[in-house]
Amino acid sequence: MSDFPETRAAEPEEAGTGSSSRRRFLATAGVAAVAAALAGCKNLSLEEFVQRNFREVSKDELKTIIARLEKEYAAKFGKKVTVGLEPPLPGVLFGYALDLSRCIGCRRCVYGCVKENNQSRDPQIQWIRVLQMDKEAGVDIQHADPYYNPELVPQEGHFYMPVQCHQCKNPPCVKVCPVGATWQEPDGITVVDYNWCIGCRYCMAACPYGARHFNWGAPHLPPEEINPATHYLGNRPRSKGVVEKCTFCIQRVRNGRYPACVEVCPTGTRKFGNLLDPQSEIRYILENKRVFLFKEDLNTQPKFFYFYGV
Amino acid sequence: MADRKRTAASAAGGFAVLGAACLLATGLAFGPSGAQEPPKAPAPQDEGAPQDIQVPAPPFTEGIFPCTQCHDGKTVKLNTTRRKLVDMHDDIVLQHGPASRWCLDCHDPQDRDKLRLASGERIEFSRSYLLCGQCHGDKFRDWRVGVHGKRTGEWNGKKQYLLCVHCHYPHAPHFKPIKPLPPPVRPETLRGEKGAQP
Ligand code: SF4
Repeated sequence: MSDFPETRAAEPEEAGTGSSSRRRFLATAGVAAVAAALAGCKNLSLEEFVQRNFREVSKDELKTIIARLEKEYAAKFGKKVTVGLEPPLPGVLFGYALDLSRCIGCRRCVYGCVKENNQSRDPQIQWIRVLQMDKEAGVDIQHADPYYNPELVPQEGHFYMPVQCHQCKNPPCVKVCPVGATWQEPDGITVVDYNWCIGCRYCMAACPYGARHFNWGAPHLPPEEINPATHYLGNRPRSKGVVEKCTFCIQRVRNGRYPACVEVCPTGTRKFGNLLDPQSEIRYILENKRVFLFKEDLNTQPKFFYFYGV
Repeated sequence: MADRKRTAASAAGGFAVLGAACLLATGLAFGPSGAQEPPKAPAPQDEGAPQDIQVPAPPFTEGIFPCTQCHDGKTVKLNTTRRKLVDMHDDIVLQHGPASRWCLDCHDPQDRDKLRLASGERIEFSRSYLLCGQCHGDKFRDWRVGVHGKRTGEWNGKKQYLLCVHCHYPHAPHFKPIKPLPPPVRPETLRGEKGAQP
């Protein structure tokens, strides 16, 4: 019994020293943590560590960031890699249409995309997934097969439905990102700032099209296969731990070119253009063909349309 | 007769009004973004090839063109009898349209370096889409606006296009099956290098 008050009396004093030492400890630990974080990211420079969100940095800062990135890439790949900053074109809203009556499931688009956009070859990342479906069943995701591998395509009784980012007007992936590392540009392209992404993968869970992909491992991109014409918000090389996605080939389309998948497809299945231009191919399709939206009921409002050209 | 003319005239008037209304609506819809005009894709032409679009040369079998190398009216005499070819071109198995179709329905008998429309008009091989379009009018229409077939180049500028015959061999036009590129790796077998640094 007598011990008890003694202990209690001693408590405040000890607590006092205790808390001050904890404060001291935390301060030391804080410094150590930053040091450890920097040490842990072996290739992460201090500039990169303190770099702010793409949408907040000034023009001057951007210049230094681009210079730094280009230097890093040159060192890594042993050749000049340009990182572009082409802004959205005024009066342009990009749209895409895919002709389900033409696609033969040859996957030329899948690999054309990988080549253009510098995806990791190993671990493998592909932005386009071609689903094989039964003509009998129609569009039925439950029974779609992305792993089909016959000698020749198209196979009797089947049709093919390539799926990639739908560039939604109402993108769930953007809504859930806790740090604002992904957003929709004025020309309708949803982009990712790879230097701001924390790799939480909320966006991947939110996307109903499976269009976002995570770099689980350090991306392997052989230097001889790199496409050196890149865009900051598009196909510049990524690192481990960030999410990436289709950008309609932002590095090409903002320079007036067609996306790579449009040009590589041997059947002319893929159509692309400006939704605000009444003369565009894409507007002709929307006005004259049977068009459907994939998972329309989710109100994502895709700017990627499927149609039957027949 | 006069009656019919009047009806046609009033109908045309009606269309004009409709057209004006459409223009107005378009103007309204795109008014706000109209401060800067969106880049225009070239407008489709009424006849023949789409404007401003380069079409590559027709895909002839090597050494076969000009056809008048042999079909000059002397070396090989004109023979308009429908028959199975045995001396030359026997590799061509016609799988296109009705069985009664044969060479001189499309190839001009007088000038072999030209094709021949149903109207009797002679056309260059580089304008063969006119010939195809005689039967495949819907495809021809879609091709001209860039919906059927493949375009490359610029979505708001110069484009290249292909002739029908670049994808559809005219003597057997059905698109040939091809080998697909490899399927994706299954997620359970995706393995990064352990401990690899970014
Ligand atoms: S390249 Fe064209 S035809 Fe081949 S799978 Fe892709 S969309 Fe289909």
